[in-house]
Amino acid sequence: MSSILFLQSVVGLIVVLYPANGNSAVAESGKAALAKSKNQSSLKKDGPPVTSEVTIDKKSGNRPPEKERKKDAPPQRMQFDDQNRVGKAKRRALVNQTEAKNRVELFRHLPQYDHGSQLPNLESKLFQLDSVHPAVFKVGLRYMAGDISGVNARCTEMLRALQEAIIDYSTPPEKVLIRELTAKISSYISFINECRPLSISMGNAIRFVKRRIAKLPLSHTDVEAKTALCSDIDRFINEKIIIADKVIVGHASTKVRDGDVLLTYGLSCVVEMILLSAHDVGKKFRVVVVDSRPKLESQALLNRLIAKGLSCTYTHINAVSYIMHEVTKVFLGASAVLSNGTVLSRVGTACIAMVAHAFSVPVLICCEAFKFHERVLLDSICCNEIGDPGALATVPGRMDINYLENWTNEENLQLLNLMYDVTPSDYVSVIVTDHGMIPPTSVPVIVREYGQEHYLI
Amino acid sequence: MDFQVVVLAGGVSKKLLPLVSHELPNALLPVANRPVLSYVVELLELSNLKDLIVVVEGKDTALNVGAWISGAYADRLHVEVAAVPEDVGTAGAIRAIARHLYAKDILIVSGDLVSDVPIGAVAATHRRHDAVVTALLCNTPVSGPLESVSSGGKDKAKKPGRYDLIGLDPTKQFLLHIATGAEVEKDLRIQKSILRSVGQVEIRADLMDAHLYAFKRSVLLEVLDQNGEFHSLKHDVLPYLVRSQLKSEVLLNGTPQAEENGTEKVISQSNQQMLSQILANASEPTFHLRHELSTNGSDSVRRTHKCCVYIAGSNKYCARLNSLQAYNDINRDVIGEASHLSGYSFSSHNNIIDPTAELGAKTTVGPHCMLGEGSQMGDKCSVKRSVIGRHCRIGANVKVVNSVVMNHVTIGDGCSIQGSVICSNVQLQERATLKDCQVGAGYMVTAGSDCKGEVLTKK
Repeated sequence: MSSILFLQSVVGLIVVLYPANGNSAVAESGKAALAKSKNQSSLKKDGPPVTSEVTIDKKSGNRPPEKERKKDAPPQRMQFDDQNRVGKAKRRALVNQTEAKNRVELFRHLPQYDHGSQLPNLESKLFQLDSVHPAVFKVGLRYMAGDISGVNARCTEMLRALQEAIIDYSTPPEKVLIRELTAKISSYISFINECRPLSISMGNAIRFVKRRIAKLPLSHTDVEAKTALCSDIDRFINEKIIIADKVIVGHASTKVRDGDVLLTYGLSCVVEMILLSAHDVGKKFRVVVVDSRPKLESQALLNRLIAKGLSCTYTHINAVSYIMHEVTKVFLGASAVLSNGTVLSRVGTACIAMVAHAFSVPVLICCEAFKFHERVLLDSICCNEIGDPGALATVPGRMDINYLENWTNEENLQLLNLMYDVTPSDYVSVIVTDHGMIPPTSVPVIVREYGQEHYLI
Repeated sequence: MDFQVVVLAGGVSKKLLPLVSHELPNALLPVANRPVLSYVVELLELSNLKDLIVVVEGKDTALNVGAWISGAYADRLHVEVAAVPEDVGTAGAIRAIARHLYAKDILIVSGDLVSDVPIGAVAATHRRHDAVVTALLCNTPVSGPLESVSSGGKDKAKKPGRYDLIGLDPTKQFLLHIATGAEVEKDLRIQKSILRSVGQVEIRADLMDAHLYAFKRSVLLEVLDQNGEFHSLKHDVLPYLVRSQLKSEVLLNGTPQAEENGTEKVISQSNQQMLSQILANASEPTFHLRHELSTNGSDSVRRTHKCCVYIAGSNKYCARLNSLQAYNDINRDVIGEASHLSGYSFSSHNNIIDPTAELGAKTTVGPHCMLGEGSQMGDKCSVKRSVIGRHCRIGANVKVVNSVVMNHVTIGDGCSIQGSVICSNVQLQERATLKDCQVGAGYMVTAGSDCKGEVLTKK
């Protein structure tokens, strides 16, 4: 026992030392070189040490020798309280963002920008940013304006934009397509990242694209390579999103029985499809739609469900403990599922899952397999996204509630609008994916067996 | 970025008649000693748009404009000047140059626009919503004192009608209704279907259409093809597109889905539907989508297209040179409040005096004035809020107030000019008094004449 622990601490030590000198050559975009990483620990300068279960799992698999694993260590994600790297990134940035005035101290490692001036700044630079393809610019603009939300839609739009960019791409003379195209795609991705930070599962999609580019045979001409790439991207969207959704709907609809009361939170397209298909098949059930400020996303879902004739109840998250006693099952969507079974989803999901657990109500997470990631997150603080704090200060439609009008001028007041939170695996009963219905402890198996290398050729 | 810019510089307009002539077309009318077209071109150059098509009416106008452009902007920009026959209207102008348009979106700018609105923002709004047309709206400029010459100068209650009635949706992003103020007599008609889908329409009379549009090229050409009688973009095409936005008859995508090879085999029809549903559900549903999805028993798919607006910030300046009143106003503004547009740097007295200009003894040049190069002023003159062009010879004891004097003008002693516009090569003999007049090019005003509110041109 002690020898295993000793090895673990040694491993921890070696691995942490490496990134200090290797990072100067690393690209800024967070996902750029994650391609070869087999490392399951997330390396942060001040992060907590890796938990022992994860390293023991790694040891039992086919671990490549120490030397090779060192080369595969992923670069550090950019922490925004590191002045040097922030300064360097700013100089290279295509989009000028100004930092928000009242930044929350606990979250200084995350980007907090002033939301009022972001969009007009980006808009007026439409013609100045010649290096960015128009389709990519449009996607970035829509992300920043908040026109698209939800991982599936964001991923699809981004992949479509990359497809268009690939079609319009032409290799300059004397250059190799693979390297040039990879560099161009990295620059587009860093532009999109500046508009709105990428979510974890979008990193998977980007890694897929880069892997396909790297695997292109050198003998291919430009045209052949481009068509191959475009059809690969189409296949990814088709298989990993559309067909996966269909399979998930098929699995999960079997879990809906007559007389059920289903609870859902936020706006997840998969959960919506499940509810609609179960209703089409003829099952009799009720839906409780839970919503939360400031986004109030579930109202759109509610409208669509009512239009189809389902009977719904609508409430806000502060009342969820009062309504949970009538609920029989909880269906939730996810933005990503991590290796230790934790689920990264819209803020508030953890609350719902916890209350459901307290009332012994099963929680089903519906999530496509491409959202599984090999990282491990233990809390909602390390990796999150901060939205517009001004949205918290106002209530739409109520002009009289203006007590927080001058919140930017108050020195002692900081508004925090988190977008994501992390649900521990104890509160999750089962995860419905296109590979079947699995318990949260089986996530590392899926990541290992059906991971990147096995994306179909 | 897949945008092409077309500048409609017009020809010789009747509304500016004593000032413009065959030698001096609309586009080259000087504002603060720069042709008005230069403001548009500079604005485009600032936004990094270097490929322009300038459309003018009439062959000799085209020659003049082309000569000026190649003189001023030869190496910095790539400009093609196209000549169209007179009186075809803006729609006809676009029809004439249709074969030169290849980009996905066309930006159409009116050549008489003086503004500093960032064009990228209009284009970005257009792209973001995938609109078929995006219009730039700005606050109606405050006009100066009414000229007594305009259209008989009758009742004061009748405003010049330079405002438009604009209907916007609650988010102020989409255009629901547009009508020119002058056309509306008593009532305003709004489509019922639009009102039903949106719920709330905000009608504004303080916004003005700045004649800067971003069109989707395929839609624009299709509309112009199908409706041969459309004469003007602003009065015909734009209201047509706005009216029909929920009952769209235009083919939005040009060519059908099977553009890229291989895609139609990979994603089948039902999957495509599901994909579009995912994308549609993810975004904030606009009223177009709600209208499309609302089931009213009709089985035909209702297509919609979007007409967007971009409302310029209140700190931006935006004005169009389409009347004599506007000419005076814009001159005053460019050397006054909107002085950043003129591109000149102001001296300590808040005016621009060219270094080669000579001033006589005891001559005062007030703030917000401009004196062109080589001009000479005599003794005891006073210039207030005026623009004086190049190589003018102004005698002694002359008072110029609130006026525009163009190049090569000779003004005798003791003249008094107020609120007037004097074109090039005019000669004013001694003690002439002009108040609110326009003097056409090459005219000679006899000594001692006293004119109020007249238009003096060479016959």
